[in-house]
Amino acid sequence: MANTPDYSWPPMDKRKVMGQRFKRLDGPAKSSGRAKYSSDLNLKGMLFGAYYTSPHAHARVTSIDTGDAEKTAGVKAVHVMAPAGTEIQWQGWEVAAVAATTEEAARQAARKIKVEYEVMPHLVREEDLAKAGTRAKQGGEQTTGEPDKAFQDAEAVSEGEYGISVVTHCCLEPHGQVIQWQGDTVNVWPSTQNVPGYAGAMSQSLKVPATNVKVKMDYVGGGFGSKFGPDAWAVVGAELSRKAGGAPVKLFLDRATEQMVAGNRPSAFGKFKVGGKKDGTITAWQSDVWGTGGFAATNPPAQPYVYTTVPNKRHTGTTVSTNTGPQRAWRAPGNQQASFLTCCAIDDFAAKIGMDPLEVFKLNAQYAPQARVETYRYQLDKAAELADWKKLWHPRGQSGSGTVKRGLGIGIGAWNGAGHASKCRAVINPDGSVSIEIGTQDLGTGTRTIITQVAAETLGLPMSQIKLSIGTSELPPDNASGGSTTVGGVSTSTRKSSMNALWKLFEAVGPGLGAQPEELEAVDGHIRVKGSPNKSMSWQAACRKIGPNPISEMGENVPNQAAREGLNTGGAAGAQIADVSVDTETGIVRINRHTAVHDCGLVINPRLAESQVYGAVIMGIGTALFEERVMDEQTGRMLNSDMEFYKLAGIADIGNIVVHMDIRPEMDKRGVIGLGEPPAIPICAAVSNAVANAIGVRVPTIPVTPDRVLATLEGRKA
Amino acid sequence: MSSKKQTELPAPKTGFSRRGFIGGLGIGGGALGTGLMEPETAAAATAGVVGPGPVAITLNVNGKPLKLTAEPCVTLVDALRNYLDLTGAKRVCDRGTCGACTVIMNGKSVYACTVLAIDAQGKNIQTIEGLATGSNLHPVSKAFVDNDAQQCGYCTPGFVMACKGFLDEHPNPTEEDVKHGLGGNLCRCGTYMGVRKAVLQAAKEMKGGAKNG
Repeated sequence: MANTPDYSWPPMDKRKVMGQRFKRLDGPAKSSGRAKYSSDLNLKGMLFGAYYTSPHAHARVTSIDTGDAEKTAGVKAVHVMAPAGTEIQWQGWEVAAVAATTEEAARQAARKIKVEYEVMPHLVREEDLAKAGTRAKQGGEQTTGEPDKAFQDAEAVSEGEYGISVVTHCCLEPHGQVIQWQGDTVNVWPSTQNVPGYAGAMSQSLKVPATNVKVKMDYVGGGFGSKFGPDAWAVVGAELSRKAGGAPVKLFLDRATEQMVAGNRPSAFGKFKVGGKKDGTITAWQSDVWGTGGFAATNPPAQPYVYTTVPNKRHTGTTVSTNTGPQRAWRAPGNQQASFLTCCAIDDFAAKIGMDPLEVFKLNAQYAPQARVETYRYQLDKAAELADWKKLWHPRGQSGSGTVKRGLGIGIGAWNGAGHASKCRAVINPDGSVSIEIGTQDLGTGTRTIITQVAAETLGLPMSQIKLSIGTSELPPDNASGGSTTVGGVSTSTRKSSMNALWKLFEAVGPGLGAQPEELEAVDGHIRVKGSPNKSMSWQAACRKIGPNPISEMGENVPNQAAREGLNTGGAAGAQIADVSVDTETGIVRINRHTAVHDCGLVINPRLAESQVYGAVIMGIGTALFEERVMDEQTGRMLNSDMEFYKLAGIADIGNIVVHMDIRPEMDKRGVIGLGEPPAIPICAAVSNAVANAIGVRVPTIPVTPDRVLATLEGRKA
Repeated sequence: MSSKKQTELPAPKTGFSRRGFIGGLGIGGGALGTGLMEPETAAAATAGVVGPGPVAITLNVNGKPLKLTAEPCVTLVDALRNYLDLTGAKRVCDRGTCGACTVIMNGKSVYACTVLAIDAQGKNIQTIEGLATGSNLHPVSKAFVDNDAQQCGYCTPGFVMACKGFLDEHPNPTEEDVKHGLGGNLCRCGTYMGVRKAVLQAAKEMKGGAKNG
C-alpha cells in the first residue's frame, strides 16, 4: 500500500492547468506601469548615489581630493573605493561615490572629485593575438587520437578563421540597489537574479549577521547572467548609507558605466582545420582558440562543441588579459562562442566537399552525446522542414546574379538546465485559501506563473485560488536564477510541497469519505475517491475538517535525487536555421526568417516557453548582426558605452521567427528542463553560415556588420 | 502613413539619434513619430533665465497640476520619477535612444529624458499611470498582456505609451507600419514578436474609442 504521496507529474492528457497557455500573472502590473522595480523605489528620506569612475584603462591613483564634493549642497556622504596607490585595470573602475539629497546634487558632487593618475600602458584589443605579447597565456594542448595522421589520410581538409566579439549584457534596469544600513541591520532592495543568496553575501561583505539582512525584490529589469551577487555596488551603497546616518541610498549605475563594467560575454577567436571523408564524415579536428574576458584569465571555449567525440583532435586555448571590464555569465556562458566556432568550421568543411551542410550536420551527430544523437537528427530535419530548406538552400555562393543574395545556415546547441536546489512551503488554510511561499525571483521568464500552475494542477484548484509569495529573504530559500535551473527547481519543490500539504488534507478528510489518503484525488475544486466521483466533497468543505491551524508543508528539490524522482532533469538540445538576405552593395544583412527547434522536456506553459525562445533568438540576432563592444586602442576607452552605437536589435530588425517546441512524448517523459539559455546558443553560427551561403565567402567575425561584409567581398581582412 | 509623416518632420539639427543613424544606413525602422526632434525654440525663447538653483515647476500630468521644486537641469523623466513618484516611465539609456521613458506630451510621444521639466510646463503630459480608467487595463496594456509582449517588463511602459501615441496617429496600421512606428523603443528580453501582435490587437479594440482615452 502506498502510504506516501506520489509526486510524479500527471500524464500529458490528464493535465488541466500545466501545459495550458496561461498569460503571465504579472503581465497586468508590468503593462500598466504599476510594477515597482527596485530602481523605482522612493523611500522616505532616501538619498541618491552617484559614482566617479576612472577615465583610464590602466593607471595608478596618485591623489584623490573629495573636499569640493563634500562641500556641495545636499551631499550627505562621500566614500572612496580607490585611494591613492590603487592600480586601476579598466575604464569605468569605481573610484569614489557620493550620496546626496537629490540625484542632481549627487552627480554634480561626483564631478567635483579631483583625482590624479599615473597613466600606464594598456591593452584593450585581443583579436590580433600577435599584439597581445605577454598578456596572452596558453592553457596547454589537448590531443585525442592521432590528428596528424588523420589529416594526412583525410580526403578533404578545410581551414578557416572565425571570431565572435565581446558583447555586453545591457540589462535595461542597470545594476544597483536601494540599501539602508542602520546599526547592525541592513535592508536592501536589489536588482538581482539571486534573492535567496543575497543576504548571505551581504553579511560577509559588511560583517553584519545574515539574520539582520533583509532582502526584498518584486521585479528585476533583466539580468541575463550579470546580476548574481550583491557586487561592490551594494557595499558602496551600504557604506554611503551608514555614513549618512542610516538613510536609505539609491545607487544604480548610469548607462555608460553599466556598459563598461557591469558584465560582458568574453570574445573567442580561432584558427581551425577540419579533415574528413567526401561522404561528409569528419575524422580530424584542429582548433587554436583565444579570447578575453577582461583583466582576469578566462578560458576560451573547448572545441569541438556538442560533436565532442571526433576521433582525432588537437585543441589549444589561450586567454588574453586586457584592460577592459570583467566578463560575467552571459545567457549560456561559453556556449554561443563554442557553437559559433564549431558550426562555422563544420559548415566550411561541408562547403569544401560540396555537400549539403544539413546532411553533414546530421551525419556527424554521431559524435554528439549518445542519448541525443537522434534528437539532433530529428531537430535538424524539423528545422529544415519549417525553414523550407529543400526549396531554398543552394550550394554556397550560388545565389543568382542579383545584388541581394539569399542564404540559409545552420547552428546547433546544447544545455543542461537541470533544476537547482529549491525549497517551497505550501499552506492550506481552514478557509480553503492556499499560499505558496518560495524565495525565488521572476526575471521575466514567467516563474510566478509556472509555480502557480504547478500548485493549481496539484491541488485541483483554479489559478486564482493560489496566493504566491516570492522575492524576499524571509521565504524558504530557492536559488539563483541562472543556468536555466529555476523552472526545474521551483516546479519540483512546488509540486512536492503542494502534494505533501494535500496528503495532510487527504488524511484529515479520508475517514469522512471512507477512504485511505492514497485512494483520494483533488480534481476541479473537490476531494474525491478515485474511480468513485460520487464520493466527494468540495475543497472548502474538506478544508473545514483540518481544524483551527493551517496545514503547512515543505517540499524540496534535491539535485542529486532529481533524476530518480523524475520531476526534472537536464540535457536539452536545439537546432536553428537562419534565412538571410545580404545586400552586396551596402553590406547590410537582413533576417528573412529564423527557425528555432528546441526541447525542454515537459513544458509547463507553452506560451511562456515560446516567449523564451523568441526572446533568446531576438537577443541573438542583435549579437549576430549589431552588438559589439568597440574598444579604442589609443585611449583604451570604450567607444560605444551607450545604446546609440551599442546597438540592440529593434522591432524591424528581426525578420520573422518560427518557434517549434519539441514536445514529443519521449521528451515530455523526461520531466522539466530549463529553457532560458538553450535558444540563445545556435543563432550566431546559423547567421554566419547563412551569410556565407549567400555571398559565397565566410565573413570571419561576428557581428556581421556592413563594413565586415564589404571588406570580405573585397578580399580585405574583415 | 508613417513614412510620409517622416518627410514632413525636420531633420535633427545636431548630433545623432539612433533613428537618424539607422535611417541613414538604410536599415531599421526609422520612425520619427515621437516628436523627439520637434523644434522647441518657442518654449526656449519664453522660458527666460532660471536657476541654477531649484525653481518651482508645475507639470500638468494626467489632467492634474503637480508641483515640484527642482533645478532647471532636471529632465521630465527625472521629475516624474524622482520628484513625483510616477515611476512607470523608466530611465535606461540616459540619452534619447531606447524609448523606455516615453510619455505623451500634447498628443505626441516624446522621450521624457530629452525634455526638460521646465519646458514641459503648460503642456498636457500623459504618463502610463494615467492610461487606465479605474482598475481596467487600457486596451494597449491589455493587448501587451494578451500577446505576452513583455518579459522583464522594464521597457514595457515606454513601449505601451509609444504604441498608444502611434495608434492615436495611425489608427489602422499594417504590420509593416508597426515595425516602423515602434522603431524608437528597444527591448532587451526580445518581446518584439508579441509587441507586433499587441499593436494590431489594440488598434482593433480602440476603434471608435476617444482619441486620447
